[in-house]
Amino acid sequence: MTAGLWQHWILPGIWTTLQLTLYSAVLATVVAFGIGMARTHRLWIVRFLAGVYTEVFRGTSALVLMFWLFFVVPGLIGWAFVPMWAAVLALGLSYGAYGAEVVRGALASVTPAQREAGIALNFTPWQRMRLILLPQAVPEMIPPFNNLLIELLKGTALVSLLGIGDVSFAAYLVRLATQESAQIYSITLVIYFVIAFLLTRGMKVVERRTKAGIGIDVKAQAAGGTR
Amino acid sequence: MSNWDWSAVADFMPRFWDGVQLTLQILALGSLLSFSLGLVWAFGLLSASRFVRWPVNVVTEFIRNTPLLVQLFFLFFVLPEFGVQFSAVTTGTVAIGLHYSTYTAQVYKAGIDAVPLGQWEAATALSLPRHRTWFAVILPQAIRRIVPALGNYVVSMLKDTPLLAGISVLELLQQARLESAATFQYTEPLTVVGIAFILIAYPASLLLRVLERRLVR
Amino acid sequence: MSAETVKPAETPSPTADLIRFDKVTKRFGDNTVLDDLCFSVKPGKHVTLIGPSGSGKTTILRLLMTLMKPEEGTIHVNGQQLFPSRGEKQLREVRKNIGMVFQQFNLFPNMTVLRNITEAPVRVLGLSRDEADERARELLDMVGLGERADAKPTQLSGGQQQRVAIARALAMRPQVLLLDEVTSALDPELVAGVLDVLRDIARTTDITMLCVTHEMNFARDISDDVLMFDAGRVIESGPPEKIFGDPEHERTREFLGAVL
Repeated sequence: MTAGLWQHWILPGIWTTLQLTLYSAVLATVVAFGIGMARTHRLWIVRFLAGVYTEVFRGTSALVLMFWLFFVVPGLIGWAFVPMWAAVLALGLSYGAYGAEVVRGALASVTPAQREAGIALNFTPWQRMRLILLPQAVPEMIPPFNNLLIELLKGTALVSLLGIGDVSFAAYLVRLATQESAQIYSITLVIYFVIAFLLTRGMKVVERRTKAGIGIDVKAQAAGGTR
Repeated sequence: MSNWDWSAVADFMPRFWDGVQLTLQILALGSLLSFSLGLVWAFGLLSASRFVRWPVNVVTEFIRNTPLLVQLFFLFFVLPEFGVQFSAVTTGTVAIGLHYSTYTAQVYKAGIDAVPLGQWEAATALSLPRHRTWFAVILPQAIRRIVPALGNYVVSMLKDTPLLAGISVLELLQQARLESAATFQYTEPLTVVGIAFILIAYPASLLLRVLERRLVR
Repeated sequence: MSAETVKPAETPSPTADLIRFDKVTKRFGDNTVLDDLCFSVKPGKHVTLIGPSGSGKTTILRLLMTLMKPEEGTIHVNGQQLFPSRGEKQLREVRKNIGMVFQQFNLFPNMTVLRNITEAPVRVLGLSRDEADERARELLDMVGLGERADAKPTQLSGGQQQRVAIARALAMRPQVLLLDEVTSALDPELVAGVLDVLRDIARTTDITMLCVTHEMNFARDISDDVLMFDAGRVIESGPPEKIFGDPEHERTREFLGAVL
């Protein structure tokens, strides 16, 4: 492969993949916390609507959603998304629904006694959430969030079917240009693997830091078995 | 939705049902492949020999951490270069089965790991032969965790079948695209397909949750 | 007598009592934990609730802390109605007067010892950080943990954590302090330190204390009144000398015979 292919297609493709991952992850995180916390709300209607969101977007195929936002929504609302943002929206909304389940589970795993201590000190429900429950729940969320982040990274490859120039699309172009697929697709797979590896490493650091913040030693935890 | 056209929905129905049929067929075969190949990986991961464990771990981690779509293209474009010719449907089914086998392997492994060590020790104390230990003691306990988790991955596989549109397999999404290309009606076919996925996936996941509650205690 | 079983017919003015339960019933499913319970506590008194486990003592504290609500009956604190609830705002208003120390300490693991104590005064009472810090350090000195302000709760022993929890409750300057089996989760050698702190508070402040405990010597030391519970009712009450020295009720004698 020539340097030109790298410079003009693959490297910008990697950059696009990283951008897509970042933006979608930010949106998914916002959705995950919003919907996940809504699922613990004291009003049943809020819980119900958040539950509907989760079920709908977990039931949806991300690729179909992406096509739908790209081809159908412009007809409904009269203007089209920039392709990149249709993709980010589809990925963020779907993976956000999975993330919401993580947030809900982690909040539920904080012992009820912490909530009671918060009531006893007369904190408002939102203060209890912000000052007590979330800081303790977030470290629990990091490992499942990492899994979702890897799924999201893999999901960004779908955008190549919409013609967005991510690294998968670059591979497609290189294949057309060189009439040779084994090399470029192997390289592409390795690129994704390396990104996934680095993300996982990063999340391990985040996990260790956040757990240290609530007095849990991850290494000691691992050495002590599955507790 | 002012421009919703029920006749377009009706026109799409023949293609839609063809797509449903092929999607379910791919799902069934892909699931079987992922279940059985995953079992092979799991035994590799649980192997006593590090020379088996290590390569299996590398291979499954690699497949699990890279996109199904790229793997699909890899199989579709690269295998023919080595003289292996599959139809697009077969390639797609194999890609899904292979990809998800790395997930089912983790399910099997976790299920077996979750059986308390004391059960192995008790089996040893009773001098049960190795295969009796597996089939009479360990697997019946592990299976309670394994079945619901496998079910969840079947639902995931279902939602990934549209990726096969990328190699022109006539599953649901590709049927919708063809319909749109032929009629210039984009709204109805894609919406019908989108709703169809929710209508299949939601009851399935409800069912799995009930199953999980029954089996895992 | 400051704590007594009152008959609802001769209800005195609720304002004279700091805490007042009128015909309170609490059920968990088919299990009636509090059965038509009436009792009251006058300001500044130290009242100990004793009785077999499951007799509803802890439930009383949890009702007062609004961690649960009764099926029937009314509860007043400081003349204000707590239950039947008049909405979240009223609950928060009444709750201001009440502090609670839990069996399992329930410190916030994500905050330092100092933050555990200052967070509520700052966020709920609106104190400045400096004021709250100063108040917290005084309280930490009082419970003998002045040096551990910057530690995380997990770095402390159970006894130390419980003393921090006491300081945390006092930092809100409550009129009533609810103590829910505060030494039950502690290793035996750590119990004395916690009880000494509580004796200090009982002696030097005018805080009303409502205390569920199995430490009968402690109960005898600090109580103005002891209420003996059985099956969701107060079966006997009076000053500690009487309850521990010459109990009237057969169930009380049985219970004390078993624990003393």
